[in-house]
Amino acid sequence: MERYSKYDAVIIGGGPAGIAAAIRSKELGLRSVLIENREILGGIPLQCIHPGFGIQYFKEDLTGTEFISKLLTKMRSADVNYLTRAHVHSIELHSHDEKIINVITPEGVKKLKTKTIIYAAGARERHIFETNIVGDRPDGIYTAGEAQTLMDIYGIMPGRRIVIVGSGDVGLIMARRFALEGAEVKAVVEMMPYPGGLIRNVVQCLQDYDIPLYLNHVVIKVFGGRRVEKVVVSKVDEQLRPIEGTEFELQCDTLILATGLVPNTDILEKIGVIIDPTTKGPIVNEFLETTVPGVFVAGNALMINDSVDNVVIQGELAAEGAYVFVQNDGIPSTSWKPVMKGRNIRLVIPHYISGARDVVFYARVQAPERSVEIRVPEVDFKKKLLSVRPAEMIALRLSKELLASLKSSKVTLEVRRL
Amino acid sequence: MKLRVVVIGAGIIGSCIARVLSMYENFSVTLIEREFDVGWGSSKANTSIIHPGHEEDPERYPLRAKLCKEGNILWRVWARELDVPVKWPGELMIFFGGEEKRARKYIDLARRNGIPEVRIVPREELLKMEPTVNPNAEGAVYAPTTGVIDPFETVIAVVENAVDNGVKLITETEVRSIKIIESEVKGVSTNNGFIDADVIINAAGIHSDEISHMAGVEPDFKIRPRKGEYVLFDEDVKIKPTKVLHTTPTEKTKGVYGLITIHGNLMIGPTAEDLSLDFKERTPTSDKGLEYLWNRAKVLFKELPPRSKVIRSFAGLRAEPPEGRWLIRAYTDPWGFINVAGIRSPGFTAAPAIAYHVLNLIKMKYAVKLVRKSGWNPYRRSIVRLADKPLHQIDSLIREKPDYGEIICYCKLVSKAEVLEAIERMKKIGIKTITVESIKYRTRAGFSRCQGAFCRWRIALLISKYAQIPLHKVVVKKSPYGIGDVKVLLRSG
Repeated sequence: MERYSKYDAVIIGGGPAGIAAAIRSKELGLRSVLIENREILGGIPLQCIHPGFGIQYFKEDLTGTEFISKLLTKMRSADVNYLTRAHVHSIELHSHDEKIINVITPEGVKKLKTKTIIYAAGARERHIFETNIVGDRPDGIYTAGEAQTLMDIYGIMPGRRIVIVGSGDVGLIMARRFALEGAEVKAVVEMMPYPGGLIRNVVQCLQDYDIPLYLNHVVIKVFGGRRVEKVVVSKVDEQLRPIEGTEFELQCDTLILATGLVPNTDILEKIGVIIDPTTKGPIVNEFLETTVPGVFVAGNALMINDSVDNVVIQGELAAEGAYVFVQNDGIPSTSWKPVMKGRNIRLVIPHYISGARDVVFYARVQAPERSVEIRVPEVDFKKKLLSVRPAEMIALRLSKELLASLKSSKVTLEVRRL
Repeated sequence: MKLRVVVIGAGIIGSCIARVLSMYENFSVTLIEREFDVGWGSSKANTSIIHPGHEEDPERYPLRAKLCKEGNILWRVWARELDVPVKWPGELMIFFGGEEKRARKYIDLARRNGIPEVRIVPREELLKMEPTVNPNAEGAVYAPTTGVIDPFETVIAVVENAVDNGVKLITETEVRSIKIIESEVKGVSTNNGFIDADVIINAAGIHSDEISHMAGVEPDFKIRPRKGEYVLFDEDVKIKPTKVLHTTPTEKTKGVYGLITIHGNLMIGPTAEDLSLDFKERTPTSDKGLEYLWNRAKVLFKELPPRSKVIRSFAGLRAEPPEGRWLIRAYTDPWGFINVAGIRSPGFTAAPAIAYHVLNLIKMKYAVKLVRKSGWNPYRRSIVRLADKPLHQIDSLIREKPDYGEIICYCKLVSKAEVLEAIERMKKIGIKTITVESIKYRTRAGFSRCQGAFCRWRIALLISKYAQIPLHKVVVKKSPYGIGDVKVLLRSG
């Protein structure tokens, strides 16, 4: 085994968060390496041939593939170390500033010794057994990401007559992709009374292609011997339970599940990182440091983001955290102030702030509301918003000057109706 | 002259019969299977338990009682010879107030069947023995010889070993009719042509009644498909019973089990639902079934994992014969036809013993003087699994073969080398269509948390490359991965 290459930071995951973290850590002068288990860097955006990437970060509307290409150009000029086809087998915590990462590669097992870890291993998709769909288990059921890989990386068409479960951006974009490739998209089925994705995507992906959207409906059952033959759809009541008697069938050969993502945190949980049940990612402070000192997390492994721009910013922030850790033998002690979820806030990142530096809060609301104000009462912060929706993440930057006025031992994020 | 034996059905029963017959010079054995792979019927969706034999009534079901007991003993040896994962946790049949009398019946059955070490465990001892159990339980019937096996790999292992000893496997072959001339079987006609046979053994599971009727015997014998649903939890749930837990069966309800599978998942099941006679091709799960399991599981356990930790639900069909009686019989009219039909629970447990029983039937009924094969090889080795190895061994494996260093399934740590070995082994036993599903059962890729969303296409790519077929034509379970190549014009330039 190759032992103990010594690093300040090992970045796990070569998607946008990891690449950004690797670039930033290199800029900050950290000895770092980026490790990725696929044969190429880039992660999930590689298979996203639709636009909507990079509007903030590169000030350009790019496809996922273009976004990664630009990010990799930036990475090459920064001369970042990286390893592909490298799978993290396990992490050992040896002391406060010594972690061993065991990595399986085609050359053998490498043991990487590092002071900090930036974990950016993305998310996995929820599969059919995590929904309430029962019935047969034939071929023709794909997660959205799997279908996208087949279509846009390998150029094969999963099916002809499609039903999509979930109207988040992923579901909406896949509906359009299928329509563009000549498939008949029978329906997008959404349990909630409102679409899960951006309004822009509802218009551009469904309405422009006459694809029906069934709100307050669920797929309850799959029929099929060798391949999907039909699904049963039902309306739901206010408690989101199927209403008997409202069932109808949709003939289809393919069922696409776009029912959300779950941060990949298995390896982190094994080393004692505590998970927030609302974000399903780790509990973090303003440097995106988890409950295990020196272990930082960014991107969809931290929380499910809806824009790659936020992901990249989180990667950079985590690298800055790693830098502070390396400089000071840890993040300097301070009286961390917990961030509380006030009215209509479902989740918020980070969980703790110091008040000593600028902080970006990422939050999602419980329910959609119009003409509201988002507030942080402890520092008398208010910002008017035309509307808030669970699908749209709120990113809110509070400057350290503003936070300097913080007297309370906590801060609260809340939404108020105007 | 060797007797040409055709065994219909490569489930656990047919496979074990093929293995036992392969020990003798007397037979040339062809094992035929209608699916792409072996073990895809009842053998793959069951409770995975090796039963002790203390639940069989020796008066009503003498054969079941005898062969279950013998099978339990045989598996201890067979599992070692075949290198299949098995564990022997023992079983606790939990009883509550008022159920003790019913539970005590099994002590009596154990005594009559000669099953050792079965006894009543009172509440205090039970709670120490199994802290995950419902603390309101009065006690339990403890049967220490209960085992848990990997049902998928077991069938595969038995067939690999049988083929190694001369058995010929023909998959994707469905019997259309049985040829009988002058009251003697002559062979089977299939979608893949005619296969000559002197002896035909019907081990067609859920379809064994149809095969029997083709041979013109037991016209009233009808298999009733009995569906069993199951739920499987993530490996990381905290509730890990060390023993197999079982509710006491009542007049109305069958027992439901809660156990840790050989792959480390908490599993609850089965339900028992009788279906119509022709419902044999689909195994849907239902809200009602899953709800029932959930409620029975609450009876067994002190607490249950959250429902969000369920990673899979599935159902299987059991071949329920009339009055629950196995039909194992060798006929003289037609001469050479043998039914091994309606093998409901504890069929998996009894399978090796059933195989020896069938051998004996052949010997007695058809007056065969058995001759042991000299070079018969009892051993078969499992695929080397990275997941079972410490890091330094993983490192040496990679240095021998770099494909071990390429991980295909992240959840279960399955390497490219393992997938390729699975493909090689399938080819070796004569499987024609390499499916993603077959790779899954051989390597465990796709067994876990993500249920294959990350690895299915990687495996399909390896199959595509290996079998020299386009990616969209790779079969997932029973149908192709995609309907076509959308970039075909682009590719052809």
